[in-house]
Amino acid sequence: MKPDDPNIAWLEAPRLGLADRMYLPLFFEGLTTTSRHLIGPKMTVSFPEERPAVGNPLIYRGVHRLNKDEQGRVKCVACFLCATACPAHCIDIIGTESPWPDREKYPESFVIDELRCIYCGMCEEACPVDAIELTSLLDLTGRSREEMIFDKEKLLSVYDQTKDAEPMKSKSLGGTV
Amino acid sequence: MIDLLEAIAKIALLLGGMMTAAAYFVLLERWMAAWVQDRRGPNRVGVPLTNIKLFGLGQPLADGAKMLLKEDFTPAHVDKRLFVVAPIVIMTAALAIFAVIPFGSVTPNVLPVEPGSQTTRPIELVIAPGIDVGMLYVFALSSIAVYGVILGGWSSNNKYSFLGGLRSSAQLIAYELPLGLGILGVVLASGSLDLGDIITHQALTGVWNAIGQPLGFVVFVVAAFAEAARLPFDLPECEQELIGGYHTEYGGMKLVLFLTAEFIHMITASFLIVILFLGGWHFWGITGTGEAGEAIGWGTAILRVVVLMVKILLVILFFMLVRWSWPRFRFDQLMAFAWKVMLPLGMVNLLAMAIVVEVERVYANQLGWLGRLLLVAASWCVLVGGWVVVALAQPVTADNRPRERVGIE
Repeated sequence: MKPDDPNIAWLEAPRLGLADRMYLPLFFEGLTTTSRHLIGPKMTVSFPEERPAVGNPLIYRGVHRLNKDEQGRVKCVACFLCATACPAHCIDIIGTESPWPDREKYPESFVIDELRCIYCGMCEEACPVDAIELTSLLDLTGRSREEMIFDKEKLLSVYDQTKDAEPMKSKSLGGTV
Repeated sequence: MIDLLEAIAKIALLLGGMMTAAAYFVLLERWMAAWVQDRRGPNRVGVPLTNIKLFGLGQPLADGAKMLLKEDFTPAHVDKRLFVVAPIVIMTAALAIFAVIPFGSVTPNVLPVEPGSQTTRPIELVIAPGIDVGMLYVFALSSIAVYGVILGGWSSNNKYSFLGGLRSSAQLIAYELPLGLGILGVVLASGSLDLGDIITHQALTGVWNAIGQPLGFVVFVVAAFAEAARLPFDLPECEQELIGGYHTEYGGMKLVLFLTAEFIHMITASFLIVILFLGGWHFWGITGTGEAGEAIGWGTAILRVVVLMVKILLVILFFMLVRWSWPRFRFDQLMAFAWKVMLPLGMVNLLAMAIVVEVERVYANQLGWLGRLLLVAASWCVLVGGWVVVALAQPVTADNRPRERVGIE
């Protein structure tokens, strides 16, 4: 692009007044701003001692859980919609014939690779029976890759751990159940 | 023998104090940076193997240990000898300056004049007391510090480093002139190049040089910021433009030497600002005036050290606050500022001070407190006048846009 390109709009910088040219008003403006922040409230959360406030747990996307129904059975019907929706291909389900009369299939194995997951929440949206949900647990750590692959028992235990703090979203959101 | 021990003790005290201070000022700098940015800063490292955090006061020790244990790596493409010499030069020059800088006044009479003698003498709280060319010594050594920067940038065989070294040499040469002009006014007023005498002069008259010659104070402080290469004058090492400048290729202990030397430069600049313009250890009414033959007790002696240290801490806090308050200058602005603003203002100040000092000398007897007040007022008028002229002339503003402006409505 050349200087005489018609697409260039030349703007005149606003002319400085005497106060600006004296620099002192700007000097004090800068100094008061930094001084105000120096003694002002701090944004940092001291993490292990202090938990960050999760704004709205209903829409927070943390560790997954597998919900249970009133009889303590896994709600999942092994329809594979979540695994199909998952853009990271981190959900691995083995479905088998259900022992219960109210559904045809249930997951014999339900494995999520938490390291592979991108926490987009598509599985939660895809689930027709609100079986898979993302909780507001945010400090997910592990010492090995194997430890971070969550199987069905682990995902159900996440439900037991969080069910009191976070009731199933469908109830408050008017979901399918 | 006693003299030798005294000197060695003072050197040990000052070296230890200076290195510790530099380490803890790094922590303070990080704290200030964090607080200004609404963060908390380093607050975790305390006593090892316990949960005691001590507000992060262990951080400098941890940093030091980490830097010591790092590999002292020398890249293959550098000029090895100069590469090794550069940090040593800069550190040596930075520390050697403190030989003539007083860190207090004097102690009461404690040392025998000769071994076994009954008469005692005070200890002067400066490594080399009574050096009449103290100010010149400081100047000479602060110029040598540039050597370290240039050698570091040059020997690194890296364009960014080299550019940093070049910028540093140009900047430090440009700002040494206003620095010297700022000091000349002080030297005129106190009639001595000895830093101790300069403090005593301010204490005796009770008028700090910052009050008596405000224009010189402003010129000196700005030039001192530039000499210490602190923001907004940190062009030799600006991270965004030069990825660290002259110390890009350095690591481990050599890098620590560079960084520590930088902090020591800042401490030196604070010492000089306080000693030359803010009355050194003097504070009205509580520290005495330091006139010849004055006997002081331990209380006064310690109070003077405390007053000096508090002033220096405040100046350093100002240094650190300024860092986050203003953006860095562009290089052409930096040069224009040195040659078109600072240098003329320094000369104006020198001229005004010469007149003031001469008036004071000629009319020494007739001049009451009112006359002295008028002289101080006159020097403030010089400051305001010079400032307004600079503001109206706008010498730093450079219009770099193409002359042909096509398409302006």
